[in-house]
Order: sequence, then structure tokens, then C-alpha cells
Amino acid sequence: MITRRSEFWKGVKAELPLLLGVVPFGMIFGVLAVNAGIPPLAGQAMSSIIFAGSAQFVAYQMIALGAPGLVIILTIGVVNLRHALYSASIAPYLTKLSPLWKCLLAYLLTDEAYAVTILHYLQTDEKPDADPTWNASSTHSLRHWFFLGCGLTLWASWQASTALGIFLGAAVPAGWSLDFTLALTFIAIVVPVLKDRSSLLAGIAAGVVALLTRSLPFNLGLVTAALVGILAGVCLEGRR
Amino acid sequence: MTLWMIILAGGIITFATRLSFILLLEKISMPALLQRALRFVPVAVFSALIFPMVFPQEDKLAFTPLNPRLISACLAALVAWRTRNILLTILVGMVALFVFQALI
Repeated sequence: MITRRSEFWKGVKAELPLLLGVVPFGMIFGVLAVNAGIPPLAGQAMSSIIFAGSAQFVAYQMIALGAPGLVIILTIGVVNLRHALYSASIAPYLTKLSPLWKCLLAYLLTDEAYAVTILHYLQTDEKPDADPTWNASSTHSLRHWFFLGCGLTLWASWQASTALGIFLGAAVPAGWSLDFTLALTFIAIVVPVLKDRSSLLAGIAAGVVALLTRSLPFNLGLVTAALVGILAGVCLEGRR
Repeated sequence: MTLWMIILAGGIITFATRLSFILLLEKISMPALLQRALRFVPVAVFSALIFPMVFPQEDKLAFTPLNPRLISACLAALVAWRTRNILLTILVGMVALFVFQALI
């Protein structure tokens, strides 16, 4: 039987494999933040208040370089622009929720929680709330509990790994190439979604544009690449 | 501006970005074209994140078939395609990277 608890734990379990890619990053962030002279409590606060890996890495560098506060804040905003795309993508599944639930899930909407949740919704044929063929009343939809399970699992491990990095303080040898675990995590997420030619083209277009635009400041290349990829996918799909 | 103000403002701006459409969608209905476009969000964003990590900027081997990251990524993609197992994908990819880095 589907219950809140069963959906929640399904989410936790689905998120667990990704921690292999996430935990090293949290630790590296903790180490770097302390070495840059950021007080331990502030380093931990970056992980719990900002709670966005790539933005935290950019922010700590700018703080260490003594960049103006306003510039740092704007940079965090731009680096996180892709989260607006996640928000739009997941929103149709969450329209029936209370504002409190929406705020909680929005706070937990990281790359990894979004990836696992949207993959689950796409593969289990969940429909947006507005879809006339979707009958949520039959088993009062509990899918937000899956999202919560994913989000809280990632949140807890991000906090714990940051703390570990801050207090252990030892640097991870660069030769271990631990950054590659994140690339592999994303590969594991993307490949099952490549079901047709239009999504394949969207992925290739986005990837190539990301390579061409990577020297753009503030991660703007990433958002540009994502938008080009989405456009390419829509165009190819529309031609059929 | 103090460090704490930066952290707080950075947190607010991040949260607002993530909340944006989740909160707005009640009030506005989404055009059909936009709905179709959203299907491509995961594949486009994650591909844009993956490619620069697989083709490192300073690496002379980056665009050759000998690039250890490229070989490992292809192998991992194959595992992901056949098994859909995230843990196995990461493990095979990391082992492949260690092996190819040692060989090349």
C-alpha cells in the first residue's frame, strides 16, 4: 500500500546512490572554506542557508578574494538561475500543495533532489495536477513525500559532509579526481532520460554550447547552453 | 557588508529562485509550448553540466580519444544505459578513470 511513509522512504532510497558523488564535494567545500579564512560557523551556515553547491564554491572564492558583497550576492543569483528551470519543471506536480509545503520543497530543490524526483515522476507516469487524465483523488496523491525524502537525504548529507570537511580540515589529494564523481552522477541521471531523438539532440546541443561558452563570467554559459538545448529539443520535436 | 549579510542574502536569492515557478503556477496557467519545453530541462541542464567536466579546459588530451575522462564517461554512460543503476555507473566510471589515468 502507498502511504506517506512508504513514499518518503522510497525517496530516501532513490537518493542514496547519489551521495557517493555529493559527500566528497561537501567535504571539499568545508576544507576550502576554512582554509580561505571563513569562520567554521559561517562555512556551515553557507551550506545550510545558501544550500547550493556550485554557488557556494563560487561565493567562497569571491569572499577569499575580497570581492564586494553586492557582487557576490548577484553572482550567487546568476549561478543559481538554472534552479528557476527546475522550479518551472517540477511546479506542475506540486500545484495542489499548501504554501508551507511549497516553501519547504523549494528550499530542498537542489540539482540532485530535483534530478531524482523528476526522473521518478517521468518514469512512473505521474501527470501534472492540471492534466485531465490524471486522477489524483483516487489515491490522494502522496508524491510530494517522495520529493521530501530525496530532499532531506541530500540536505542531511550536505550538512554532515560540510561539517566533516570543516573539522577534519585535511585536503583531499587532487590526484583522486573526486570531482569526476559528480559528472558520473549526472551521467547516470541523464542517460535513462534519453529516450528519443529530440532529447538526445537537446543534450548534445546543450553540452556543445556549454563547452563553447564556458569562459563566460558567472556561469552564464551554463544557462545559455541549457536554453539552447531546450530550444533544439522543442524544434526537432515540432518538426514531426 | 558583513559575511553574514552576504550569506543571508545569498540564501534568500537562492530560495526565491527555487520557489519562483512553484509558487506562481497557481496564478498563471502555463502555455502548451512552455510545457513541452520543460520536458527537456533535465537533459539540457545536466548535459551542460557534464560536458565541461568531461573535456577539461587545460588538458591537452581533452579532445582526443585518449582523454581518460572521456573514455570513462562513455563507459559509465554504457553502464547507465544497460543497468539504470546509479551506484554501479559511478563505481565503473571511477574505476575506469583510475585505470586509464594510470595507463595514459
